Amino acid sequence: MSEKKEKEFVLETNHLGIDFGGLTAVDEFNIGIGKTEIMGLIGPNGAGKTTIFNLLTKVYEPTRGNIILDGKDTHGMNPAAVNQAGIARTFQNIRLFDKLSVEDNVKIGLHNHINYGLFTGVFRLPKYWSEEKKAHEKALELLDIFGMADQADVRADSLPYGAQRRLEIVRALATGPKILLLDEPAAGMNPSETEELMKNIKKIRDDFGIAVMLIEHDMKLVMGICENIAVLNFGKVIAKGSPSEIQSNPQVIEAYLGTKKENA
Amino acid sequence: MLTNLFNGIGLGSVYAIIALGYTMVYGIAKMLNFAHGDVIMVGGYASYCTMMYLGWPPAAALLFSMAICTVLGVLVERLAYKPLRNASNLAVLITAIGVSYFLQNAALLIWSSNPKVFPNIFNMPFFQGVTASAASVSADAAAADTASSGVFSVKQRGTLITIVVNLIIMAGLTLFTSKTKMGKAMRAVSEDRGAATLMGINVNRTISMTFAIGSGLAAIAGVLLCATYPNLVPTTGSMPGIKAFVAAVFGGIGSIPGAMIGGILLGVIEITARALVPTVPSDIFVFAVLIIVLLVKPSGLFGKTVREKV
Repeated sequence: MSEKKEKEFVLETNHLGIDFGGLTAVDEFNIGIGKTEIMGLIGPNGAGKTTIFNLLTKVYEPTRGNIILDGKDTHGMNPAAVNQAGIARTFQNIRLFDKLSVEDNVKIGLHNHINYGLFTGVFRLPKYWSEEKKAHEKALELLDIFGMADQADVRADSLPYGAQRRLEIVRALATGPKILLLDEPAAGMNPSETEELMKNIKKIRDDFGIAVMLIEHDMKLVMGICENIAVLNFGKVIAKGSPSEIQSNPQVIEAYLGTKKENA
Repeated sequence: MLTNLFNGIGLGSVYAIIALGYTMVYGIAKMLNFAHGDVIMVGGYASYCTMMYLGWPPAAALLFSMAICTVLGVLVERLAYKPLRNASNLAVLITAIGVSYFLQNAALLIWSSNPKVFPNIFNMPFFQGVTASAASVSADAAAADTASSGVFSVKQRGTLITIVVNLIIMAGLTLFTSKTKMGKAMRAVSEDRGAATLMGINVNRTISMTFAIGSGLAAIAGVLLCATYPNLVPTTGSMPGIKAFVAAVFGGIGSIPGAMIGGILLGVIEITARALVPTVPSDIFVFAVLIIVLLVKPSGLFGKTVREKV
């Protein structure tokens, strides 16, 4: 019998690394995320967490290693191609299209799923109307996950902060990803909003059957919803495992709190 | 006075159409395409040649020159600007000026410096019919001057057509950018190119499309301009191009309604100045507008003041 893989990964990295000049920002990053897994990426500030998101989405071209998305190497793809291949993300500092309406932000996410050409769009042939109607319905449906459908016509920059973070998730989801990368989704949210967000991330995973990888400092959220956690320090993974394993890992405690000097 | 206003709006409409090309390219590619004015000239020559040598009707010549300019615009972007996508603004600006001179000299080589006299397309039966019906519903300003006969002079007819074409383009473009997926992609790229590409938008294709639209409009502006000022030479496009740039800055570069308002105001200022102080070249006033705008409100009428984040 042939060797059977223990688990099917939607996203896998091998020896992934990047240098900025002489500085090694990320090194030997090896990870595998299951098709419907929620994985947390934690670590002190400056550990390289967002850099990893930038590598996975090809904002940066890796110096070493490779990224396998759904069995395919993303080598040579640009960020738009990577998105079309199935990786969508949000941003640590919100990057919505401020001047566009909430609905249009979602429709930008749907861009590659709306099927009509330039000619059809300019002359508004029947296909334009049917496709735009479909996009409108889809956008409202997605917004409804976070109960934001009634704010569809509001300009994105007039939404309160928490709602902007949620809209970013909806916009990323609209691109039809296989894996969703969330960069500090709970930043700036109050405890009850965070509670709500946790439920929704789980719901998205269950309803869409996709994987989620998230960077977060709110340990309650991370420990609460992540099945696996990777801890990063100085660009290297220092621990991997389930939440309970991570919590009792001495290296993790050291990275966060420092070592106790003995015989001081 | 009313005549001046009417003529000013007519001239301003041409500036507005050209300014659209500047403003859209600036908004999306964040660069000043100083070769834009010369695309107008190419549009003028393309329609001139098809009409005079091949005997095409004006409408066909217009479509042909739009096709030529669209291809030219996309080609220039692909060959000259795309390799500089991540270069400094200054490098791109200098390249644009280089392309401008390249086009002028290429035109000099092909068509020589002898002025070509552009046929007066506004005098053709098709337009006579169009304006006659248009006159019955609108244009009180023009009617005031020609009410006696009920028919426009050829020049007024041209002005009226220019204004109407400008309004149609504006309405079409506004609908395009606000209601179609390509238009929304353009606005997204304009706001945050990085975020747009991470949402799966093909930025290069979006920029190409912007150049295509801007250059296609330049062809229309070229035909309208040459029909009004029939002296066609290789440098025909440069002065209107620069004035349209002033108009775009006046209205707030990057803003489509800004280009419209900026263009029309500039045209009115130019014509009014020419009428009130005929001894002073009117261009002085046009460029005084640029200086005043840059001093008083550098972001233009419709521009948003961007506060530098510290």
